[in-house]
Amino acid sequence: MAISEDKVAHVAGLAKLAFSKEELQKFTGQMDEIINMVQQLSDIDTTGVKVTTHITDSINTMREDVAVKGTERELLMKNVPEHQDGFIKVPAIIDENEEA
Amino acid sequence: MNFETTIGLEVHIEMKTNSKAFSPAPVQYGSDPNTNTNVVDWALPGVLPTVNKGALEFGMRAALALNCEITRDIHFDRKNYFYPDNPKAYQITQAQTPIGRHGWLEIEVDGQKKKIGIEEMHVEEDAGKNTHSPDGYSYVDLNRQGTPLIEIVSKPDIASADEAYAYLVRLRQIIQFTGISDVKMEEGSMRADVNVSVRPIGSDKLGTKTEMKNLNSFEHVRKGSHYESKRQQRVLMAGDEIRQETRRFDEATGETVLMRVKEGASDYRYFPEPDLPPIHISDDWVQEVKESIPEMPDKRRKRYVEDWGLPEYDANVLTQTKEMSDFFEEAVAQGAEPKLAGNWLMGDVNAYLNANQIGLLDTKLTPEHLATMIKLIQDATISSKIAKKVFKEIIANGSEPKAWVEKKGLVQLSDPAVLQPIIDDVLQNNGKSIEDYKNGKDRAIGFLVGQIMKQTRGKANPKVVNKLLIASLKQL
Repeated sequence: MAISEDKVAHVAGLAKLAFSKEELQKFTGQMDEIINMVQQLSDIDTTGVKVTTHITDSINTMREDVAVKGTERELLMKNVPEHQDGFIKVPAIIDENEEA
Repeated sequence: MNFETTIGLEVHIEMKTNSKAFSPAPVQYGSDPNTNTNVVDWALPGVLPTVNKGALEFGMRAALALNCEITRDIHFDRKNYFYPDNPKAYQITQAQTPIGRHGWLEIEVDGQKKKIGIEEMHVEEDAGKNTHSPDGYSYVDLNRQGTPLIEIVSKPDIASADEAYAYLVRLRQIIQFTGISDVKMEEGSMRADVNVSVRPIGSDKLGTKTEMKNLNSFEHVRKGSHYESKRQQRVLMAGDEIRQETRRFDEATGETVLMRVKEGASDYRYFPEPDLPPIHISDDWVQEVKESIPEMPDKRRKRYVEDWGLPEYDANVLTQTKEMSDFFEEAVAQGAEPKLAGNWLMGDVNAYLNANQIGLLDTKLTPEHLATMIKLIQDATISSKIAKKVFKEIIANGSEPKAWVEKKGLVQLSDPAVLQPIIDDVLQNNGKSIEDYKNGKDRAIGFLVGQIMKQTRGKANPKVVNKLLIASLKQL
């Protein structure tokens, strides 16, 4: 196995997801297949190839610093299950990672 | 055992671009919640970010002002974390290719100058703001989401709480002069994370560090690092070990308290941001940005001393903030004598700002009005005593000094034809003082001048009065 159930459970935890035992088994199997497929890249000889972070040829695609009025709040709130006084209302998450 | 302290600072500064780092929504402080956001900030399905060229250039400006090398081939990275202040569940930042590296700034503590190294600088985005409520909910405002930040990571060159304080003051000053940020701690546009460790003097290995996050006052950084250094020394002296942990500075007690123990590296799973193509920064572009950087405080200080003949001390005070320095230069451009303009700004203006706890730009005073008032004093239209009155009016109510002086009839009386009869009158009614004068009591002159001033409600030109009075006394 390229990945363990523990590892999948850990990553799920980082995304605040909880899986049942069956789900965990199923997803671990699926992720294992994905990783094995991607793993094939390791067999290729990349000596002398520059580190590739992007496959696009596009470079220096930027926009000028011009502000455009924000999207109408009413419209954005249509997809929000709960909101109040213009705020999005979410269950309080007092987080161990309160930072960015 | 004697210890040395090592402090590293990570400072986040919000840049005042017009639009956000990766979306065109406006960057504005204090708006109604969720009114400066768009679909990109909300991370709705299918949206794509675009790099704001202005944000990148502001970052380059800061990097150049802090003597950094600009990284020429850059890309952005995703830092993954789950929290409702950021609907994307990742922050776009620069992990592998920081915009600037290997910079420095100079501080001065107790007359000692010292260079503090800058490890690296990142352009990245700020997150939204969560307000936790006792009702079990958090209220999310995404206005701040996507606001461009520059993160400045110092080398662990800072050896005391006072040096940490001096570093922040200097950093704020430099950034303010680049014009990329208002650097207002109270509005959260400058925040500091502080890493502190101690080690026995002579040890070549740094001690285990603890971290304090998001301090938003220089004084807290000073007190927090001081406390933390002492605490760690106590722990080590007792034979215990320092744990790698995050601590919170408690304002009320001035102590740091444990928040959580860090176990292993944070699991942010960085990877290159696939939605943003890489960027190459050419020599020409660097040059262009270099030329766009406004004059830095050191240069201004030098110019004030060399070109305008200001004392070193004055030049230093006047360049502490950009607003003061800009105001001063504008007043001089409007014809105010530099030394006099400086005196007013450092004296009466600063006293007024301190007394009212406001900033220079919060007052009604303009450089033009200050210059006009100074000219009125110089050409003897008003006395320096009257000038104090005029000053109060123009800084509090913004009146045009010349018009106000005329309207209020405060123009100084310098005409001997007007003053002589008043002097004669005063002399006639104060025979005792004349006698005193003749008996060599010079104080009598002061009394007589006072009487004349009283008669003219302070408007008489003291120089002319003195001259006329002495001449009159001699004739008696």
